[in-house]
Amino acid sequence: MDLWNLRPVTLPAELEGLRQEVRAFLDEELAAGRFSTHCDQWLGGWDAAFSRRLGERGWIGMAFPARYGGRAAGALARFVVTEELLAAGAPVAAHWIADRQSGPGLLRFGTEEQKQTYLPGIARGERFFAVGLSEPDTGSDLASVRTRATRVDAGWRISGTKVWTSGAHLAHTLVVLARTAPLADGDRHAGLGQFIIDLPHPAVHIRPIRLLTGEHHFNEVVLDDVLVADDRVLGEPGDGWHQVTSELAMERSGPERILSTFPLLAAAVPSLGPGGASALGGTVARLWALRQLSLAVAGRLEAGVAPAVEAAAVKDLGTRFESTVIDLVRTLVRVEPDPGATDEVTRMLAESVLHSPGFTLRGGTNEILRGVVARELGVR
Amino acid sequence: MNDIIEALESSVRAACAKHAAEATWNAPLWTALEEIGVTTLAVLEDRGGSGGDVATAVAVLETLGEHAAAVPVAETALLAGWLLATAGAPVPAGPLTAAVADRLELTPGADDVHVTGTVPRVPWARCAEHLVLLAGEQVLLLRRDEVAVREGRNLAGEPRDDVVLDTTLPTDRVLEAVPGLATGLGRRAALARSALIAGAARRALELSITYAGEREQFGRPIGRFQAVQQHLATMAGEVLLAKVAVEAAAVALDQGSGDEVAVAAAKTVASQAAGVVATLAHQIHGALGYTEEHPLRLSSTRLWAWRDEAGNEAAWSASLGGTVLAAGPDELWPLVTGGTR
Ligand SMILES: Cc1cc2nc3c(=O)[nH]c(=O)nc-3n(C[C@H](O)[C@H](O)[C@H](O)COP(=O)(O)OP(=O)(O)OC[C@H]3O[C@@H](n4cnc5c(N)ncnc54)[C@H](O)[C@@H]3O)c2cc1C
Repeated sequence: MDLWNLRPVTLPAELEGLRQEVRAFLDEELAAGRFSTHCDQWLGGWDAAFSRRLGERGWIGMAFPARYGGRAAGALARFVVTEELLAAGAPVAAHWIADRQSGPGLLRFGTEEQKQTYLPGIARGERFFAVGLSEPDTGSDLASVRTRATRVDAGWRISGTKVWTSGAHLAHTLVVLARTAPLADGDRHAGLGQFIIDLPHPAVHIRPIRLLTGEHHFNEVVLDDVLVADDRVLGEPGDGWHQVTSELAMERSGPERILSTFPLLAAAVPSLGPGGASALGGTVARLWALRQLSLAVAGRLEAGVAPAVEAAAVKDLGTRFESTVIDLVRTLVRVEPDPGATDEVTRMLAESVLHSPGFTLRGGTNEILRGVVARELGVR
Repeated sequence: MNDIIEALESSVRAACAKHAAEATWNAPLWTALEEIGVTTLAVLEDRGGSGGDVATAVAVLETLGEHAAAVPVAETALLAGWLLATAGAPVPAGPLTAAVADRLELTPGADDVHVTGTVPRVPWARCAEHLVLLAGEQVLLLRRDEVAVREGRNLAGEPRDDVVLDTTLPTDRVLEAVPGLATGLGRRAALARSALIAGAARRALELSITYAGEREQFGRPIGRFQAVQQHLATMAGEVLLAKVAVEAAAVALDQGSGDEVAVAAAKTVASQAAGVVATLAHQIHGALGYTEEHPLRLSSTRLWAWRDEAGNEAAWSASLGGTVLAAGPDELWPLVTGGTR
């Protein structure tokens, strides 16, 4: 079984230099008060100016070839940069989806014109993306999407409703999954396509769906007969399932599936006391091992392999770990969490608790991920 | 490097399949492994070892753990062989074992040393041709016939014998230990057990997958039930995590950097995985897996034994937690990423 060929990765020495550069930049930003540390910042930390400063340093769209504004860096270089940003609790949400999913998707499936149009802006940290997959009646069963793409002269007319669309109210571009052909009896995965829609758009109506904290993170997006020209179809119109699932493989195994609560853990260390050594050590042990696992999967990506099953395993283990950090801090520090507190631990504990339901849902629920692993084991 | 490891793994796998006898001590398998050259892996060649690194030795131990192999390769290569080589002594042929012996009494004579005392639960003592004991500042090399053995066993029936000493050793078998040897030995012992656990856990998972495909209830294989599928996926996650952690810790040990954190983390997650995997494997196997006749026992009893040997998850977590607390909050992330700030 391929799963068991996964081997640990030793980062090449030159990436240690890159890591130190990112750390120095973050120290400088923190010292200048240009950001403050929070938990789950790849979801909640939208800061366009910060993204632009990262873009200036070449730390977004790193894998793009130079002609599209990147540096043709590999998956391991991106791993180092992103894990440093996440560990520091830096505000990376604005460019996150473009850097992780939409950019690589365009690079892989897009036309030359699409790449030239979109990739340099992504790499500069100026063009942000949202992804419209989920719908009111489509969650885990993604092939059931009802949003329709109907063939018209020189393009497609899209209508339907997307929900939970992260950042759609701020993004410059939306990528939408829609049915290009009616659900056929045999192959549920055929007849799906992805469409690129620049925002704002007169036929795209975006309304907030507030998180339980009141935060405006995701949205309902109503596509009211949106006309999309042929040159804004991503890849082949029937190839959407393949595109989406290969993006998900990349989306699932990154350090963001482990580190959403890391800033809380680091901040809590001084408050744990000697009595907390064992519980702290157990948490750090798991973190160390999970990072090695995530890094090993990045090594596979670097080698050009699509490690979908390993990625599912990382995300299942990693996202469950994120919540164990909350319980460690709760039980040892014993403060009442308060999102408005000036004390960092109290505040970040509150942020972590309130964001925790999302950890094991977004990007595919843990039950679904374990199903992916079970299929690989041959029992499904 | 991976090619060498994979070639060795497949030779070891073949040897295990050929000499599959279940015994307290599998002498034919030991001979086969000696011929392959894996019994003194990671011991310097000019000390009589077969060279190679800890990462390679760990890969071999994973395979041996998978096959519940009754041979002291971990003790010979990673512990006793290493102790002797580090103390500058040649490594004798044959199976060896090693232990920390901090309650021995050493009485120096004119050109010998008299040693008395007991060393508890020494792995494989009765089968070893030589025993290497770390007694404070000294490394002692003893022949099996120079000690008495009170037989003991772990949960899997592997020898864990008390060694009773009342013997006089020539000074050339009482060697000066370099500083830090006890710490190093403790890490190597933990890493070795972790590697064996990773292998045994994988076997328990494989047995469970097979059984879930064969056993039918309610008119279908039990593997069709989502509850069983979720158990299997949970096991696979734990096995994968332990495997990658163990192999990464071996690399850290080879590089001599970050191994304090790496080994503590690896033994912690391996011991945790042992518990989860053994529990779920037995749950999936029903009553049949709870019998002497069924091979699951060979893996699960080892998982239960090995998780507590060389320090369990609580011990290594406490040690790692102490390291993190001493380093302070700003050093946590550099410790996790293995470098320094
Ligand atoms: C913070 C956040 C941000 C998000 N951002 C986006 C975004 O930008 N774009 C986007 O398209 N979507 C987004 N999503 C949606 C996300 O992809 C879905 O939440 C996810 O796919 C699950 O769908 P659902 O919420 O409808 O749950 P459902 O699929 O209805 O599942 C509900 C429960 O049933 C379980 N379940 C369902 N099917 C099975 C099965 N076959 N076997 C076992 N259990 C099952 C699930 O595991 C879960 O526990 C976001 C979600 C969150 C929480």
